[in-house]
Amino acid sequence: MMKTNNVILETATKVIVFIILLFSVYMFFAGHYEPGGGFIGGLMASGAIVLLLIAYDIKTVTTILPFDFKKVTAVGLLFAAGTAAGGLLFDKPMLTHWFTYVNPPLLGKMSLHTAVLFDIGVFLVVVGVTMTIIQTIGESE
Amino acid sequence: MSLLHLAIISPLILAIFIPFVHKTFPKIHTGWFLLPLPVLLFAYFLSFLSTTINGQTTMETLAWIPTLGINFTVRLDGLGLLFAMLITGIGALVVLYSIYYLSKEKEKLNQFYVYLLLFMGAMLGVVLSDNLIVLYAFWELTSFSSFLLIGYWNHRERSRYGAQKSMLITVFGGLSMLGGIILLYLMTGTFSISEAIVLADVIVNHELFTAALLCFLLGAFTKSAQFPFHIWLPDAMEAPTPVSAYLHSATMVKAGIYLVARLTPIFALSGLWIWLVAGIGILTLFWGSFNAVKHTDLKGILAYSTISQLGLIMSLLGLGAASLHYSTIDAGFYTVAVSAAVFHLLNHATFKGSLFMMVGIVDHETGTRDIRNLGGLMTIMPITFTIAIIGAFSMAGLPPFNGFLSKEMFFTGMLRAQEIGFFNMGTLGILFPIIAWVASVFTFIYSMIIVFKTFTGKFQPEKLKVKPHEAPLGLLISPVILVSLVVIIGLFPNLVAPLINTVMASILPGMEFDVHIYHWHGFNTELFMTIGVILAGILLYKFMPKWTGVYTRMPERFSFNSAYDNGLAAIQKGANRFTNAYMTNSIRTYLIYIFAFFIFTLGTTLIVKNAFTLDTSNVASIHAFEVVLVVIIAVGSISILFAKSRMTTIILLGAVGYSVSLFYAIFRAPDLALTQLVIETVSVALFLLVFYHLPKVSRHEETRQFKMGNAIISVGVGVVVTMIALSAHSGKAFDSISQYYIENTYKKAAGENMVNVILVDFRGFDTLFEIAVLAIAALGIFSLIKLRLTRGKEQ
Repeated sequence: MMKTNNVILETATKVIVFIILLFSVYMFFAGHYEPGGGFIGGLMASGAIVLLLIAYDIKTVTTILPFDFKKVTAVGLLFAAGTAAGGLLFDKPMLTHWFTYVNPPLLGKMSLHTAVLFDIGVFLVVVGVTMTIIQTIGESE
Repeated sequence: MSLLHLAIISPLILAIFIPFVHKTFPKIHTGWFLLPLPVLLFAYFLSFLSTTINGQTTMETLAWIPTLGINFTVRLDGLGLLFAMLITGIGALVVLYSIYYLSKEKEKLNQFYVYLLLFMGAMLGVVLSDNLIVLYAFWELTSFSSFLLIGYWNHRERSRYGAQKSMLITVFGGLSMLGGIILLYLMTGTFSISEAIVLADVIVNHELFTAALLCFLLGAFTKSAQFPFHIWLPDAMEAPTPVSAYLHSATMVKAGIYLVARLTPIFALSGLWIWLVAGIGILTLFWGSFNAVKHTDLKGILAYSTISQLGLIMSLLGLGAASLHYSTIDAGFYTVAVSAAVFHLLNHATFKGSLFMMVGIVDHETGTRDIRNLGGLMTIMPITFTIAIIGAFSMAGLPPFNGFLSKEMFFTGMLRAQEIGFFNMGTLGILFPIIAWVASVFTFIYSMIIVFKTFTGKFQPEKLKVKPHEAPLGLLISPVILVSLVVIIGLFPNLVAPLINTVMASILPGMEFDVHIYHWHGFNTELFMTIGVILAGILLYKFMPKWTGVYTRMPERFSFNSAYDNGLAAIQKGANRFTNAYMTNSIRTYLIYIFAFFIFTLGTTLIVKNAFTLDTSNVASIHAFEVVLVVIIAVGSISILFAKSRMTTIILLGAVGYSVSLFYAIFRAPDLALTQLVIETVSVALFLLVFYHLPKVSRHEETRQFKMGNAIISVGVGVVVTMIALSAHSGKAFDSISQYYIENTYKKAAGENMVNVILVDFRGFDTLFEIAVLAIAALGIFSLIKLRLTRGKEQ
């Protein structure tokens, strides 16, 4: 739509997108202990992609990120539902999470938690949904 | 399952095979495959005759829904046997008649015979069931199969009209009968008729008695075409003539009579029953015979004649029920009414069946049923003429036919009405013989019309579509058998006397009878009444043109038919108007209904239950920045109402949303604050997008119109919700369960962000489906925008 050459925006975007993405990943991983989580992380990540969309155009963005976001949504739902059903394999009720603490070198004490897998599902669904909506509306005449 | 059960459902079983037989043997008339069944059934029921006359009752039970007390119980007593023999006997004759009447090339015979078999089985079920629910099921099956048979020639508009009318009226009655059955069950705790009869004393003093009585009578009166529900019967004459002969003279219309007779031991202890049954019956008798005279269509005359004869039987049953009020010795004086009813029931089935078949022959051989076009057929169709003369004279009550005998007994019953010493019968009872006599005069007149206008007078071949000739033998067999019965019963009435005895024993249980019918009963009032009927009838028939003007004096729009038609139209129009009045297709209106209902129910509950409480003891202290934020949100929300442009509205909405996220922040909900912030941004962006794409034409900015009603409703909703919130907060009954989460978030779920742990761990199930909701929303938007099939078609 916009044919004017907006160099400042494009250059700024190149930097800012990564900062936002990093922030969204931080938000996602911090979720279990600090404010954040899959939902807000997903929204942030799609915010970064929206910034790309504003600075460039849909064609460029689809070449950079060649995903079908509907499929991203589906994968997210599979993740969430799969994690939820995982407990059933071990004779536990649905959505029973499992966690343990490990002590890898350098990183110190940290936890492994199946709730994170569930949250990845939430993250992917939120990214997929937001991008599907924005792309669809953007592409329509 | 006993043989008796099998006998009842055998027509239904045969009905399954009829279409296959019809397809496999197209050369043979389907009716031939049917004929053996009613003959066999008739023989089977005949085999019960001697045991039943000896007072034996056959009972067979087949469990259907035993836990609800619903069993397919068959009870074969005198009354049931008489009806079963009528149904199968006349059924066989009608099937034989229809084989010659309906052409196998032109008609859809498979349908016809399936309907007829359904009807036959249903009718047998009605008269032999002891369980009221089973009886009701078969009762409705007769209504439905009769509907199908009346509308058999469904390409004709009048057929469809007649079928619909009979359906509406009989199903209305059937449903009210179901109500009666349920009421009876509430009173007695059983669906069995024979068990309910034993409890008659309990029932008559029960508070539900009158309601049950009225419900049952509605069912019986609609089915038996009693005043004022008689209107469906004349329109049912659009059915093929075998159907009219079978359903609308001999069997189905007598189902109501059967019901009244069957329930007499239960209900006749009340005066209301006697008055209603006898009164409506005598009224129907008069009205039917009076109206029969004005018709020119032979089937129309016969329809009204059937109505009138059914009224006669009904009134006799009503008066005969009086005998239940007397001790055994005095009761014999009144039982003559019941014996007359049973006798006439049998007689009517024979002569009316033959008359319908006779009319069918005339219609078949001349192409018309209108008596204005007919005449002088006596020499052309001598056998048909003989049938007509025997049938009609019997109907008019002339000796030596069976109609004469039952009419004499009818007069006896009517004359004794005034001697019943209770329920005001002594004073008003004198009306019964008078009305009966007048009605009999009219009966005489239309009987003469049927015979003499059709068969004597001038022959008018130019008005007939086909050249008339005598009917083929096959068409004549059935009516000839019926009129022979008329003559035989007329000459030797005591052949059926034992049967009448048994039937009466089932109508009036616990009494002894000895019916003996005499031809010559001396010079008594009844004989002089009959002589009077004949003289007055001949006089009135001779001078018919002089007085038929009476009928034109009664305007058509005051008739029951127009009342039915206008009523039906008015119901439709009213329902339409009502629906159009509140279904405005405007979402605003529907929202007003919803909100008004919300305010009304919740508001009145709050007031009636005195539920509004205000308790400030557990309220936290208020900080200054909370007040500031509330003021900002309030100002923002109120400004939305008065904003002139839509752009302002969207921005104000965003401002309110961001203020809410600030609220989350100060009330220590960081996750909510973050989410609210991003979501608010996205939704404002979407609002702006929609705003940008508004069509240019209607885009002119306009201020909202102020509507008082809307203002009141919105204020009402606000007030009610606030009141509920305050009351709910004041009346907290239990402690919160959040303590558990606070304690176990780290211990059991290895997390410190309690909100997130609840979302993915403690209550992850909700989250699973919330993301599913999001996915559905995205797919919905995608398909709404991408898949525009209709637009493509328009272009």
